[in-house]
Amino acid sequence: MIIGGTKALDRLDEPATAQDDPVLQVEDLKAHLHFGAGVVRAVDGISFTIRKGETLCIVGESGCGKSMTALAIMGLLPKPAGRIVGGRAVLQGVGDLARLTTKRMREIRGRAVSMVFQEPMTSLNPVFRVGWQIEEAIRVHEKLSRAEARKRAIAMLDLVGIPSPEERYKAYPHQLSGGMRQRVMIAIALACRPKLMLADEPTTALDVTIQAQILRLLNRLKSETGASLLLITHDLGVVARMATRVCVMYAGVIVEHGDVGDIFATPLHPYTQGLLASIPASRGGGERRRLNTIPGIVPSLANLPTGCRFADRCPHAYERCRKEEPPLAEPRDSSNGNEAQKVRCWLYLDPQRAGEGTLWRNA
Amino acid sequence: MAERVNATGHEPDGRPPIDSDSGGASAGPQPLLVARGLVRHFPLPGGLFRKSERSVKAVDGVDLMIGAGETLGLVGESGCGKSTLGRMLVRLDEPSAGEILFDGHNISTLREGELKEVRRRIQMVFQNPFSSLNPRKSIGDTISEPLIIHGIGDADSRHRRVLELLDIVGLRREHYQRYPHQFSGGQRQRIGIARAFALKPKLIVCDEPVSALDVSIQSQILNLIEDLQQAFGVSYLFISHDLRVVEHVSDRVAVMYLGRVVEEGSTADLYRSPRHPYTQALLAAVPIPDPAVAQPDSVLEGGVPNPIDPPRGCHFHPRCPLAVNRCRAEMPPLMAEGSHKVRCWVNAPAAYRSGIAPG
Repeated sequence: MIIGGTKALDRLDEPATAQDDPVLQVEDLKAHLHFGAGVVRAVDGISFTIRKGETLCIVGESGCGKSMTALAIMGLLPKPAGRIVGGRAVLQGVGDLARLTTKRMREIRGRAVSMVFQEPMTSLNPVFRVGWQIEEAIRVHEKLSRAEARKRAIAMLDLVGIPSPEERYKAYPHQLSGGMRQRVMIAIALACRPKLMLADEPTTALDVTIQAQILRLLNRLKSETGASLLLITHDLGVVARMATRVCVMYAGVIVEHGDVGDIFATPLHPYTQGLLASIPASRGGGERRRLNTIPGIVPSLANLPTGCRFADRCPHAYERCRKEEPPLAEPRDSSNGNEAQKVRCWLYLDPQRAGEGTLWRNA
Repeated sequence: MAERVNATGHEPDGRPPIDSDSGGASAGPQPLLVARGLVRHFPLPGGLFRKSERSVKAVDGVDLMIGAGETLGLVGESGCGKSTLGRMLVRLDEPSAGEILFDGHNISTLREGELKEVRRRIQMVFQNPFSSLNPRKSIGDTISEPLIIHGIGDADSRHRRVLELLDIVGLRREHYQRYPHQFSGGQRQRIGIARAFALKPKLIVCDEPVSALDVSIQSQILNLIEDLQQAFGVSYLFISHDLRVVEHVSDRVAVMYLGRVVEEGSTADLYRSPRHPYTQALLAAVPIPDPAVAQPDSVLEGGVPNPIDPPRGCHFHPRCPLAVNRCRAEMPPLMAEGSHKVRCWVNAPAAYRSGIAPG
């Protein structure tokens, strides 16, 4: 689908980049929240890359730092507590987002990278018509006449599958359903054709049939616009449906990273394994079985244990786990050929223990 | 006190016989709660001197049965009326019409003063463990409150009972003196469950009890809910929008759409061979947590219609891929084949299609 006026984007000064340069490269990013004497290490040194046209899912439970990761990339950390205290987030053609001035960040946000939030009702302004809000997003970045911007806004509404877009252009947010509002948010996010879209739990507030519509829409738009997607979710079903690659986050760090097929077929980290086993499985009318649980709760990010952050809840923890934090690395015994799969767990990395993880996994 | 009515043999006037067979009483458990023709309309504000003629038809004629010791799952999307239905069964909301028989007693006509006894037997667990606990009350006080209200035991025996309840739900005894803000979401839901079990109820209405919880905590609470049922033989009405969770906990499942039950059956029947196109679409829409399994691509278009002015005929017909003329003109009744009931003209049980049964 062709959107009117996309030529404007070509004006974005873009140094020549190699085809397979990552769209976003995050290296050892640290975003902490400072409250008086306390520091909450919400994002505590994470690294990942997103390539063109790829969907990277960050999955984890509440408080694991997945939303803060997105806010750090967007330069939207809560002020004044939130700060990027280390690492880089390099956006293709732009540079390190962590080091941009507020002014430059405003130029980038919505244009080269944009974001869709969980709650479309609170992200849209209730007193402006939705069409005007899409137009505003365009006119901030591009010098277009009102008429051109309006044409583009209507084209965007059409693109995100809103029926009779000329009519809906004039609607106020409260006149739309939750699913329609989320479509409007996506239209705003894509209006300037960004290379990367971040979506933080975009379907969590929606019903399951509407969720299916939005997920399908995101996949279609991704292939039509060539944008990459960073999708943040707690729902492993959504991950399986959407992801190319997956980062599993726990207590501010990535504990496992790999292709979606590998993560689901051979989860390595005990936390990933526990998460997958906690999902109520379809039993097709068979006997009811007890669900697997992960005992205990997530540690406080203001008071993290030494050693592995998951050790207290881990059924396989041993001495070293409580003393020393494991790095995120490829398992020593990567005989299954999943070079790309990395895990933050001594069971796979400790030479004394190497292979043990594999043993109990197959047991 | 309520008039004693025969729960199984009762047949209200003017109702088609197909609706009177309230849920496989032949093989299933003894009915504990039977609801017939439950209606809840919320009138819309009218003009200055006029009463409004329009209303939101939140629940629009629901019959259901919950057997002793069983779990009935109630699923549907937001606004389908499932929570309103649950609140009516606990009498937190007044039915506009219809009746509720609990243990053979008609509880739908009881006045506020007479409800105490009912509340002792039917309890509720709410969705949000952050707003359903009083932040100024210690956990011990919160759990013992129902015991005090119902005048059960003295201070000593109540204290012992609360400690016992803390054990049962997997909290520690030293939690007695703590306050809700000192607990995580999962622990708060355990407190809510302990409070619901304090009076040894026969039925607990659980309204989205695990929706606010993370998946690893959700499984802890679901296991607890099942363990307590095994130990105390309590019945549950388990309301949720999460079809996976409902499949896991329920013996039978009812699916609601726009204020009505559109399909009801044993969990196995309903999940293995869903009859109603809406149930089929719901099940197809649940993302499968396995990238190796292809997700069905039958996505339901559109959204739920306005419950103030639902479509004529079958409420689902504007979104239904199978709709025929009859669906647009005439609301199908809930038609049963054994214990599996469906409100659909197209996928009606064979007996109804051949014109033997009333239409």
